[in-house]
Amino acid sequence: MQHPSYWNVLLTFMRNSLIRDMTFRSNFLILCVSSMSWTVMNFGFYLLIFQFTAKIAPNPAWGSWGKYEFFVFLSTTWFINSLVQAFFMPNCQEFSELIRTGNLDFALLKPIDTQFLISLQKVEWSALTNFFLGFGLLAFSLWKMTYRVENPLQWQPIAVVLYPLFVVCGVGILYSLMISLAATSIWFGRNQSLYNFWFYITNFSRYPMEIYDVGWGIALRKLFTFIIPVLVVVNVPARLLAAPLQPRANWEWAYIGFTLLATIACLWVSRWIFTHSLLRYRSASS
Amino acid sequence: MYDRVVSNWTIFRIALEERLVYRADFAMGTLMRFLPIITQIFLWQAIFLSQARDQLAGYRYKDFVAYYLLTMIARAFSSMPGLASGIVEQVRNGEIKKFLIQPIDLLSFLLLGRIAHKCTYYAIAILPFGLVFFLCRDYFMDGFPDGLTFCAFLCSLIMGFMIGFFLEAAIGMIGFWLLEVSSLLFIYMLFNFFLSGHMFPLDMLKDVQLWGDWSCFDLVKLLPLQYLAYFPAAVFLKKVEGLELITGLCIEAGWLVFFIIFARCTFRMGVRRYSGFGG
Repeated sequence: MQHPSYWNVLLTFMRNSLIRDMTFRSNFLILCVSSMSWTVMNFGFYLLIFQFTAKIAPNPAWGSWGKYEFFVFLSTTWFINSLVQAFFMPNCQEFSELIRTGNLDFALLKPIDTQFLISLQKVEWSALTNFFLGFGLLAFSLWKMTYRVENPLQWQPIAVVLYPLFVVCGVGILYSLMISLAATSIWFGRNQSLYNFWFYITNFSRYPMEIYDVGWGIALRKLFTFIIPVLVVVNVPARLLAAPLQPRANWEWAYIGFTLLATIACLWVSRWIFTHSLLRYRSASS
Repeated sequence: MYDRVVSNWTIFRIALEERLVYRADFAMGTLMRFLPIITQIFLWQAIFLSQARDQLAGYRYKDFVAYYLLTMIARAFSSMPGLASGIVEQVRNGEIKKFLIQPIDLLSFLLLGRIAHKCTYYAIAILPFGLVFFLCRDYFMDGFPDGLTFCAFLCSLIMGFMIGFFLEAAIGMIGFWLLEVSSLLFIYMLFNFFLSGHMFPLDMLKDVQLWGDWSCFDLVKLLPLQYLAYFPAAVFLKKVEGLELITGLCIEAGWLVFFIIFARCTFRMGVRRYSGFGG
């Protein structure tokens, strides 16, 4: 049997979603403004924090996250989250419904990889608004850091090349976590709490990892780095660009290597969970 | 009168039993809601460790954590998930007709349902709440407040619940005119999250000047949203005391009366406008 061109199928999914969005343009605009408003409000919170402090540095010996370094971190969070929300979130949410209604039968019958079909069928274009907002914030922060008098940013070509790669790694790790949790709905039937669990767990990835290096936070940092690696999702790419630690410590390169391995491992484990959960699928209705 | 009490009690009992079906999911969900507090604990600790000062906007580090924990209680009272969207749905699919032909008042019915929901929630959530508050008892540096302050805290929580209910019910009533209020609800949720004090203590805005002597806090204080999270927490932490506390409670009661009247009026006007077709 001839295999379909996955790239062309993905482009078709993207085009179809865009056509659907453009059919209801006002709704699309409202969705864009809505997702942007949340992000702007969130940004307002961090602006407020930096009214009271110049930097976030639990231990100055490890370096610190100044205002613009933190904004680089924040824009990286927006990049990764917007990509996950645009490409995977609506599909993973739909997956639970497909199982409950038995409509997963139709996906299983199609001559294409089920995980691919389930994961990318619908693209939420409006979620990409935050991607562009992130781009604006990143450009502004890097410009400010480059032209400041004290400790200006030294551009490293390797960092510029590695940054997009590790943003993609971050998306990969979050996707793996999401599809694994979605796959559990085959066993549970419904997994509302597990989606909340995903949201709460990924909440840990939204701050620099150094903040956890105090007291029982160390155990937490290890848990969310080595067992559920959500802490490396944003930290590694953001650190590559903002480099709050000067000079770069050796353990950082270890983290970079670890992130690559963790991404591969997460994708492999999630694939295993997904395929094994499908074996338990019993369909529904008549 | 007796019949009314009996019917209200029946509505309450049915709603209570309905909610108790998913008690395990409830307890699990409640415990998970505390997870974001962990990140807040470490974030604020990092901010305080970054500088020499031991206070920010009048809050010590532990006060910040205590504040976030208290807003969890306040939000447990004032949040009304699905209330407005539920009313709009009933208007749209015609289900609202049953309240027009049966001797049951929609707002009272929904209020009893919510009270039952909250009672079940507190009965089950008391365990995870108790556990988290016990583990975090050291963050309450000034200990438990005196009896009077605690009474004021309870009053602000109960009024916060009522304001939350009638405010969201009033938004739901707009469904009689617009049929689809999801974007409006989203805007409300957005402002609610930011301006109720759920995200940070609102008095941090004192240092953000708007114009002249007016700060952002002065503006936010004019809105009723602060009673949904900030005000009860501020009362417990004694950030609001004496005359300011009495005035605050009176203004809160004023907002409550306003929203009761507003929700009732919009319902009455909406019913007059409503037209149902088919079976």
